[in-house]
Amino acid sequence: MTIIKRGFAALAAGALSTALAVPAFAEPVKFDFWFGLSGDLARVVDTLCKNFNDSQKDYEVVCTSQGNYDATLQNTIAAFRAGKQPTVVQVYDVGTATMMLSGAYKPADKLMEENGYKIDYSDYFPGIARYYATSKGEMLSFPFNSSTPLMYWNKDAFAKIGKTEAPKTWEDVAADLQALKDAGYDCPMAINISANESWQLMEQFSALHNQPVATKNNGYDGLDARLEVNKTKFVQYVTDLKKWYDAGLVKIKSKDLGQDMVQAFATGTCQLILTSVGDHGTVGRTQKEGMNWDVAELPVYAGTERKNSLVGGASLWVLSGKSDAEYKGAAAFLNFIHDPKTALFWSTNTGYIPVTKSGFDFMKSNGFYDKAPFKGREVAIASLTASEPTEITRGVRLGNFTQIRAEFGTQMQAIFANKVSVQEGLDALVKNGDAILDRFQQTYPGKTLP
Amino acid sequence: MEKRVTFSKWTIGILFAVPQLFLIFTFFYWPAGQAVYWSLTLQQPWGGGNIWVGLDNFRSILSNASYWDSITASMIFAGISTGLAMTIALVLAALTDRQLAGSWLYRVVLIWPYGIAAPALALAFRFILAPEAGFMAVVNQAWPGFWDPGLDGADAMASIIIAFSWKYVGYNFIFFLAAFQAIPRSLIEAAAMDGSGVIRRFWDIQFPLITPTIFFLLVINITESFQDSFGIVDIMTAGGPANATNLMVYKIYSDGFKGLDYSGAAAQSIILMLLIIALTIVQFRFIERRVHYR
Repeated sequence: MTIIKRGFAALAAGALSTALAVPAFAEPVKFDFWFGLSGDLARVVDTLCKNFNDSQKDYEVVCTSQGNYDATLQNTIAAFRAGKQPTVVQVYDVGTATMMLSGAYKPADKLMEENGYKIDYSDYFPGIARYYATSKGEMLSFPFNSSTPLMYWNKDAFAKIGKTEAPKTWEDVAADLQALKDAGYDCPMAINISANESWQLMEQFSALHNQPVATKNNGYDGLDARLEVNKTKFVQYVTDLKKWYDAGLVKIKSKDLGQDMVQAFATGTCQLILTSVGDHGTVGRTQKEGMNWDVAELPVYAGTERKNSLVGGASLWVLSGKSDAEYKGAAAFLNFIHDPKTALFWSTNTGYIPVTKSGFDFMKSNGFYDKAPFKGREVAIASLTASEPTEITRGVRLGNFTQIRAEFGTQMQAIFANKVSVQEGLDALVKNGDAILDRFQQTYPGKTLP
Repeated sequence: MEKRVTFSKWTIGILFAVPQLFLIFTFFYWPAGQAVYWSLTLQQPWGGGNIWVGLDNFRSILSNASYWDSITASMIFAGISTGLAMTIALVLAALTDRQLAGSWLYRVVLIWPYGIAAPALALAFRFILAPEAGFMAVVNQAWPGFWDPGLDGADAMASIIIAFSWKYVGYNFIFFLAAFQAIPRSLIEAAAMDGSGVIRRFWDIQFPLITPTIFFLLVINITESFQDSFGIVDIMTAGGPANATNLMVYKIYSDGFKGLDYSGAAAQSIILMLLIIALTIVQFRFIERRVHYR
């Protein structure tokens, strides 16, 4: 009897202990990751998160889309002020200066070191690493989705004017646009002039021509940087664009008008656009049946020594005020994203480019760039690595840059509507932009960019 | 002997008022107080600290030319859209009140626009008014370059006014119709027997009798055109082109949330609040005099 009783007791105790121990064992540490992509891209991020969760048992990342980059930053700030911030957050390129001064992050390089991960930072493409690194070269965040602009050109249309190659200089572009117009094309080239196009029209143009956007090496060397785009080669560029617009060589295409420039290119309405490599997939999927097109590096003015283009997109920041267990999880997650295999998955399913040389090599060795839908995207890497980044082609690090971009849109619209001359518009851009920078500097008295 | 339960007038009064006061405090006075405090400081967005700057925020806003453009744009928007929404609603209500065939249908249908969320409505109008793809493409075909809200500020302003007015016609209509129906039939019948026509009856009898409603709607429409325009502007024009439709309420949003300038945005909200208060006072002082309450 006693033996049976004891046996039961032992059994019960055993059952109880496993019942207690198993969930404690299997319950992974959960942490939040907020991101700003939506639609198709959000689904790819969700798959990425699922892959991470399936790859190990200790951590579980909960990925939540906040709709867009602006909203992600706003919501993260609100959450941070309420003490409910996510562990990892995706912050867009121009939010970098704001993040650096926030004091609300845990440096990514320190995080990885503390948790025993060895990351070879020299493996990142220098153009990408420098954009997000401090002036001393430390990586405070991890580059995530990255892109750079390319020129998309319609081979069929160019064949009609006897061209088989994309124009390399703006002088050639001007001649080709005129030829296209004469050949009966109604819209040789499409641009848009909202805040978003500050990226390819102003920032990338300036980098390719080694022209500054702002003093103090585009803001890397201090918060007292001020804009100077009203006295660089950019003035000539805007003057030319306006001239071509007036001559009917360039058309403005935006969603508000009915068709954005990517749609205008894909349907064959317009023959030349400048947009992100991230649109490569969209053009391929939505193009008119049988249309021949290709991508090339953005043109430069004749006689310019071409420099690297800038990276666009976003990086992953780890926020402060979280537990050690959550940081361990975040480190594992960042390490997972850093893996070349993830780079292949990410670039295959989105238009983004790999951020590391090993990721790029891995993709090349897998024949990624040989196949039809992805062929051409290697041009983006060529553009990003066209030169070693100079002091002013590292990037643009200005406070409240979102507002400066908005001001760019405002002044370009005023210029194209003939309300002001090119020089007046750009002078106003500099004046209003400087007021924004001034205000940013006042908000952070005594602080310096790391 | 009669026993009476008595309460101190004060305690019971306050006790009953407390829940309401608490709500008002939490949802109005506290945030408004915060906004005033923020407008007098420079707030770091991440909460790292703030500096007392007194009235500097107000000074820098009021000395900024683009802010005055924004005030002008808001005034134009408020004036035209209120006028449009009220006139159309008044005409529709007057027609419906005359018991025209199918008037029961308008009564139901005309309130619907007010129920549509501003962004949804704005999206619909963006399609309708798109110069290359929408209804206006037909007009542009006939007169090339006639309609270009992408570059022409006046066209863009017209688009948001049309969208906003369309929404408020329904709201105004219901009030006007109720006011018309409250007028005793005998008055109108008597006038008709005396031989006055439709127009004459409208101006001499109906219009004076509905002035309280007109006044009420005027105040509401002007206030709402300052506050409720956000969704429409955000979807249709995002403040452009060249700030032509950057209304005050939209500028607060873009400076505060997109530009992370919380202090500047707080100061702008205070100015907007004062402006609406001032406009309402003016309306009560000068227009209400001409209103005949029955």
